[in-house]
Amino acid sequence: MSKKAILILFTLIFLLVACQPGTDPTSPQTLTVITHDSFSVSSELVTQFEEANNAKLVFIQGGDTGSVLNRLILTSINNDTPEADVFYGLDNTFLSRALEQDLFEPYQAEALAKIPTEFQLDPSSKVLPVDYGDVCINYDKAYFKENNLELPTSLQDLTRPEYKGLLVVENPATSSPGLAFMFATIAEFGEEGWLSWWQAMKDNQVAVVSDWETAYYTNFSGSSGKGPQPMVVSYASSPAAELIYAQTELSESPTASLVAPGMCWRQVEFVGILKNSPNRELAEKFVDFLFTKEFQEDVPLQMFVFPVLPEAVLPEDFVTASQIPEVTGSLDPALIAQNRDQWINDWTETVIN
Amino acid sequence: MKRSKITTWLLWLIPLIFLTVFFYQPLLNIFRLVFSDRFDQGWQFFSHDTLLRPLLFTLWQAFLSTILTLVIGLPAAYLFAKFDFPGRKALRALSLLPFILPTVVVATAFNTLLGPRGWLNLILMNLFNLTNPPLSLLNSLPAILLAHVFYNTSIVIRMVENALTRINPHFEEAAQVLGAKPWRVFQEVLLPLLMPSILSATLLVFLFDFTSFGVVLMLGGPQYATLEVEIYNQAMNRFNLPMAGLLSIIQLTITLLITFLQNRINTPRYGKAALSAESKTRVKAKTRLEKLYVAVSVILLLILFVAPILSLVSRSLVTMEADRGERGEIETGFTLRYYTEIFQNRSGSVFYANPLAAIRNSLVFSLLTMLIASVLGLLSAYALAGSGRLTRFLEPLLMLPLGASAVILGLGFLISFNRAAWTSGRFPILIPIAHSLIALPFVVRTILPAIRAIPESLREAAQSMGANPWRVFREVDLPILLRAIIVSLAFSFTISLGEFGASSFLGSARTPTIPTLIFRYISQPGALNYGQALAMSTLLLITSAAGSLLIEKIRLPGEELF
Repeated sequence: MSKKAILILFTLIFLLVACQPGTDPTSPQTLTVITHDSFSVSSELVTQFEEANNAKLVFIQGGDTGSVLNRLILTSINNDTPEADVFYGLDNTFLSRALEQDLFEPYQAEALAKIPTEFQLDPSSKVLPVDYGDVCINYDKAYFKENNLELPTSLQDLTRPEYKGLLVVENPATSSPGLAFMFATIAEFGEEGWLSWWQAMKDNQVAVVSDWETAYYTNFSGSSGKGPQPMVVSYASSPAAELIYAQTELSESPTASLVAPGMCWRQVEFVGILKNSPNRELAEKFVDFLFTKEFQEDVPLQMFVFPVLPEAVLPEDFVTASQIPEVTGSLDPALIAQNRDQWINDWTETVIN
Repeated sequence: MKRSKITTWLLWLIPLIFLTVFFYQPLLNIFRLVFSDRFDQGWQFFSHDTLLRPLLFTLWQAFLSTILTLVIGLPAAYLFAKFDFPGRKALRALSLLPFILPTVVVATAFNTLLGPRGWLNLILMNLFNLTNPPLSLLNSLPAILLAHVFYNTSIVIRMVENALTRINPHFEEAAQVLGAKPWRVFQEVLLPLLMPSILSATLLVFLFDFTSFGVVLMLGGPQYATLEVEIYNQAMNRFNLPMAGLLSIIQLTITLLITFLQNRINTPRYGKAALSAESKTRVKAKTRLEKLYVAVSVILLLILFVAPILSLVSRSLVTMEADRGERGEIETGFTLRYYTEIFQNRSGSVFYANPLAAIRNSLVFSLLTMLIASVLGLLSAYALAGSGRLTRFLEPLLMLPLGASAVILGLGFLISFNRAAWTSGRFPILIPIAHSLIALPFVVRTILPAIRAIPESLREAAQSMGANPWRVFREVDLPILLRAIIVSLAFSFTISLGEFGASSFLGSARTPTIPTLIFRYISQPGALNYGQALAMSTLLLITSAAGSLLIEKIRLPGEELF
C-alpha cells in the first residue's frame, strides 16, 4: 500500500461525515428533552408527535436521575436559557432538591385531573407525575424451591441465619435502586432503628456491590450471570423483563419479587418544563402528549414502570410477571432532602467501613 | 534539534490554542463556578474518608498495577520486537484489543471467565467435584490489578516494541563481538537506549491507573474508591461540588508532579547512530533458552488477553438457560440468536439503533479523532523535540488532560459550550475533540522519542543538496517516523472507538456509538439483553481488530529506502 491508502482513509472520513443526516428544509422546531438512561419510548409515538407538531425531538440521556438533576442545576447557573426544555424522570427522592433550586415553571396540565392524588406530590404543579415503579427484592424461584427455603415475609426476616449470604444490595452512594432500598429500610425501621437492621444484615453477610449491573448480572443467581446470591435489590418489574426478554420462550418468569408490606420503595417519576425554555408552547404540548392513553400504555414495555393514568391498559406479560406491592414505604421528601447525605454517610460507616 | 525560537512558537501555536479552548478554558470555568459563593463552601464531609483514604489507595493501586503491567509488558515487547513465531501478527493485534473495551464489558468478560459461574470455576468444580465455586476474585484488589494489567499492557508493548525495533542492530552486534554476555548487552546497550520509551510508557500507564474509574467502581466493589471515583461521587451523588473541585485539583497537581518528575529523570542522550529507522531484525528462536522464553511469553499472553476475550465471544454464541422451573444442570447450546436480535427493534423503541449505524457513528468519531490527534500530536512532538526552558515548561501542560477528572471536565464542557453545540441535530464535534484530548498524550509520547532519534546529519545532507524544509520532512523525517505515527494512529483509533463517558455525556441519545449501545443493552434485565450486549461487544472487538490491522498496513513512499 502507498499514498493510496492515505487518500482512501481521508476520503472515507469525509464520506462518513457527509453521510450524517442533513437538516430538514421545512426546519421543524426542536424540543430538547433531558432524561435518565432508562428512558425509552416507541419510535412510532415520537414520529406521531413530531409530525403533528412539526417538531423534532432531541433526547439527551445524562446518566441516572441524580446526575441529570445535578447537571441541570449546574448549567442553569449564569445561563439564561436552560440546557433542555423538558426534564423527564425526576423522582420523589430528588423532588425537594429540584424544587429548592427553582428549576421548573408550573404547568397546570388538564390531564392532571385524571391522575390519582397519591402521585401528585408537588402542589405547585411545577413537576407532574408520569409513571411509577417499585424497588423490591427479586428472588431466584428455582433456588428457593430446590432448597425448600421459605420466602422471607419482612425485611426483619432477612437477618435470620437461613438467609445468611443470600442477598446482594447496591451501594446507595453510587446506585439509585440501592438508594431507594435504603429509604425503604428507613421507612420501615424509622430513623432510630434502620442502622441496627443494616448492622444485623452485615453480620448476616449481605453482599454489597457498586451498581445495579454488577448486582443483577454478576451476583444474582436468577439472571444470566448465574452468580452466588439468590436475592437481589432490583425492580418489581424485573421478573416481567426476564419473561419478555427470555432467550427461549418461558411459561413463567424465573424470578419474582418480595412484595410483603414494608419491603419495597415506590419511585414516582415526574416531568417538568424547565424555567425560561424558549419553546414553552411546544413543551406544554409534549407534556400533554405524555398523559395521552397511547403514551401511558407504551410506558410498561419501554421502561418497565407503571403508568399513572388509571385508564391505561397493561400488557398481558407485564401483568402476569410483575407484582404491585400493596403497602410501600414512604418518607417525606423534605426529610429526604435534609438527611440524604447524612444517611448515606451513616450507611457507609455501618455497612462498608 | 537546531532551529529558531520563532519556529518553535509556530509549532506550539495550534496545539496550544486547541488545548486552551477545549481543555483549560472549560476546566477554569468549572473551577470558577464551583468555588464561587453560589455554592455552600461548608466542608462538612471533608474528612479522612473523603480525602486521605482515596488518595493513598489511588497511589498504592496505581503503583502496584504499573509494576505488574511492566513485568508483563516489557518481556512481551521484547518478544514481539525480536522473535518471529507462528501467530505473531495475530497475537500482536489481539494484545491491543483490551484497550478499547468499555469497563462494563471487561467486567462482564471477567465474570464469564472468573466469576462464580465463570468457565474457570465451572472447570475447577467439575474437576474436583466441588459444590461451591473455589475462586472468588471479583470485588477485590486483585480484580482491580488484573483489569489494569489487562487494559494497559498494550501501552507498554506498543511503545517499547516500537523503540526496540529502531535500535541499530550493529550496536548489539558490536557488544557481542567484544565479548559481552547477553545480560550485559541488555543492561548496557539495550536498556539505556530504551529508557526514554520505557519511562514514557510507565508514565502513561501510571496516569491511566491513577485516574481509573470504571474498573475500580465495577470490579473493586464499594470498599475501594480512587480519587476519580470519589470526585464522581461528590459531584454527581452528593452534589458537593466544591469538594469534587478540590479533589480534582489534587489529582491534577499530582499528575503535574509526576510529569515534572519524569522530565527530570530524562536519560542521558546517546549518539544518534544508535537508533535507526525500523530494521527487520526479528529471528526465529534458536537456543533452548530462547525457545523457552518465546513459549512461556506466548502462553502468558494468551492467558491474559485471549482467555477473557474468547470467554466473552464464546458467551455471546452460547445459551445458558438454567431455568425451566428446575435448576439442576445449566443447559448450554450454540446460538446466533443474539446476533440476529440486535438487528431487530423488538420493543419499537425510538432509541433502537441498528448496530451498523452505531458502528458508523463510532467510525466517524474515531477517524476524526485520528485526524485531529495525529496533526496536533505531530506538531507538539516537533515543538517538544527542540530543547529549551519553554519546552520543559510546556510539556507537562500537554500531559495534563490525562490527569483531569472526566466528570469535572465533562461538566466544564457543558457550561462552556452553548447547548446548540451538541443538541438540535448538529454534528457532535465535541465528541471527537474530547477523544483527541485523551489520545494526544499517547501520540506525543509515541512520536517524540522517534523524532529525537532522527540523525541531524541526514537532514543536513538533504538540505545541502537543495531540498526545501517540506521535502526534508517528507523524505527524511516521515519515513523514519512512520512506524511511530502508525502506532499512534492505532492508539487514537482504539481510544476513540472504546470511549464511553464523553460519547454518552456529549452525544444525543439517538446517535449512539458502539459502547453507548452496549451499555443500553446491559442496563436492562433479561437474558436476551445480556446476550445482545455481549454480541455488540464482539462486534466492537471485530471493528477494532479490523481497524488496527488496516492501519498497520499503511505504508508511505520512500520507506523501502530503509
